[in-house]
Amino acid sequence: MPEEIEKQKEEWKRSTVEPLLHRHPERKKEFVTGSDKPVDRLYFPGDYSQAEYLEKLGFPGQFPYTRGVQPTMYRGRLWTMRQYAGFGTAEESNQRYRYLLEQGQTGLSVAFDLPTQIGYDSDDPRAEGEVGKVGVAIDTLNDVEILFDGIPLDKISTSMTINAPAAILLAMYIAVAEKQGVGKVHLRGTIQNDILKEYVARGTYIFPPEPSMRLITDVFAYCSREVPLWNTISISGYHIREAGSDASQEVAFTLANGIEYVRAAIQAGLDVDAFAGRLSFFFNAHNDLLEEVAKFRAARRVWARIMKERFHATDPKSMMLRFHTQTGGSTLTAQQPDNNIVRVAIQALAAVLGGTQSLHTNSREEALALPAEESVRLSLRTQQILAYESGVTSTVDPLAGSYYLEALTDRIELDVWQYIDRIEALGGMIPSILKGYVQKQIQEAAFRTQRDIEKGERVVVGINKFQMEEKKPQELLRVDPAVHQLQIEKLSQVKARRNDSRVREALEQLREGAKAKDVNLLPLILEAVREYATLGEICQLLRDEFGEHRETIVL
Amino acid sequence: MAVKKIRILIAKPGLDGHDRGAKFIARALRDEGYEVIYTGIRQTPEAIVQTAIQEDVDFVGLSLLSGAHNELFPRVVDLLAASGAEDIVVFGGGIIPEEDIPSLKAKGVAAIFGPGTTTKQIVEFLESARERS
Repeated sequence: MPEEIEKQKEEWKRSTVEPLLHRHPERKKEFVTGSDKPVDRLYFPGDYSQAEYLEKLGFPGQFPYTRGVQPTMYRGRLWTMRQYAGFGTAEESNQRYRYLLEQGQTGLSVAFDLPTQIGYDSDDPRAEGEVGKVGVAIDTLNDVEILFDGIPLDKISTSMTINAPAAILLAMYIAVAEKQGVGKVHLRGTIQNDILKEYVARGTYIFPPEPSMRLITDVFAYCSREVPLWNTISISGYHIREAGSDASQEVAFTLANGIEYVRAAIQAGLDVDAFAGRLSFFFNAHNDLLEEVAKFRAARRVWARIMKERFHATDPKSMMLRFHTQTGGSTLTAQQPDNNIVRVAIQALAAVLGGTQSLHTNSREEALALPAEESVRLSLRTQQILAYESGVTSTVDPLAGSYYLEALTDRIELDVWQYIDRIEALGGMIPSILKGYVQKQIQEAAFRTQRDIEKGERVVVGINKFQMEEKKPQELLRVDPAVHQLQIEKLSQVKARRNDSRVREALEQLREGAKAKDVNLLPLILEAVREYATLGEICQLLRDEFGEHRETIVL
Repeated sequence: MAVKKIRILIAKPGLDGHDRGAKFIARALRDEGYEVIYTGIRQTPEAIVQTAIQEDVDFVGLSLLSGAHNELFPRVVDLLAASGAEDIVVFGGGIIPEEDIPSLKAKGVAAIFGPGTTTKQIVEFLESARERS
């Protein structure tokens, strides 16, 4: 801090603050952020010299990208408004997508049901009760054809939340686009394809780490040649935060996963600049507005350094952390659900002030059920109000220079480097996961948060303060249990129609490819899905060859 | 004579990986002095029942956030009964719509705890269920 300010600050404390505190103590002994980090009463200009400004902040669109990845940010183009949606059958989900596009949504985001995410067909006994529940059920290419019926895939970008079977869903998307007459080079979108966070937070893993990393690097390699506009992975902190981590851990574990993917791809023989520009990220936005904004800025700064200094990337695109944001599901309450509308607005504002590239806003009743159409529209309107009415889009990185925000950004950056160093010392992310280190960190934070809520030390409006008697919520969306039977019938019809010997042949080729370590599996998977091999058949074959992952239970 | 400690199996049936709540409850109940077993995500009802019997538990707490509770919770109750272990009390939690609760209770699930439930509420339930048995 500049000397004169330091001097006068001490004087202000002595003459003005202390006498006041004597008469009126502050509300709390200690103020903390949403991630439990101390907050000072007031922040002051740092010691930022010009050189330090240039090193830490720089200019938007330039290294280290603290102020944003594009030079003009939302003055040039607004973020993509992308609501995660899907339930029941492909027909029902297709209707919801068309509705959202009519309402001004600018990209699609597909939610799959759990059997699809874990590689079971709808007629598998393990799928009992789960078909169509948390997303759309996909068994074969036929379902994906219906899902995107009437939606031109050359005009829209599509994000798919799919991990262990990501290569299969990408292949199905490519095959549907071909049928629409759209070539691979025009396809824009993202597959989540981030298996490491599934092991620690989200749970839809199938195969052990090594073959999973192979499938991921196969996607990187294939897309760098054939689908150049596709984001081949969405390295996700979202679920790590939902599982209970704090803001710094969210960034740290996500970037540590990113390091692991980059390392694996380089080991597989890829040039860093050939694939790194298509890596994308996915973060959460919780309620502590300024800490969240600082988090996004710190994440960009750290990633740029990692790519430049550790991996010697030279293409600026390889250093840019581009990210999607979703507002925080775990911050929503089942009690007084309308309060969630306000939480979502604050969180969405944090994402926009933090420079997100796309955004999903949650809906008010999501602590109770999947959202109804009207609620989803309100969430989309929240984004539209931020975009067109709030004025925060008129300048780039509007909060930069706030003494508090810059101090928070520096602090989160420091935390993140410390975690990354610790993980590297354990041998990288995969050993850290197999030993349960990452899970333990997340659980400790989750446990503290819940205990603080139960003790009333962390206030959640409507939960431990300002409670009231309420009417039971009305008109929640329910997925018709008949979907399961419907889906089983569709699947058996497809199986009856397809050419069985060609399916068998394509699957046999894929099995041979899986056994050989140096074959890219994407073209073989594409061949199998074109013949209407089912997702379950392909995953079972890969389970036979690769084995299955078993969870490290940490309590 | 020392009172036998209550043993509780916390289990996640179905395919859903949301284990934050289950793990919190497992640890919080352990801190309250119960013996708690947690077996991880993606357990089949058959595996849950087998563990419950092997571990000689008094309660099974099921956590599910994917919407498959109407199928999977009663299945655990039925399988316990079929194995002659109907004395094991089954309770559940997660994202369970209010309107599903009466039918789950009719099928033998003793209690359902939704978002916002405190450890204290669950302990009160366990203690009153113990007194009744």
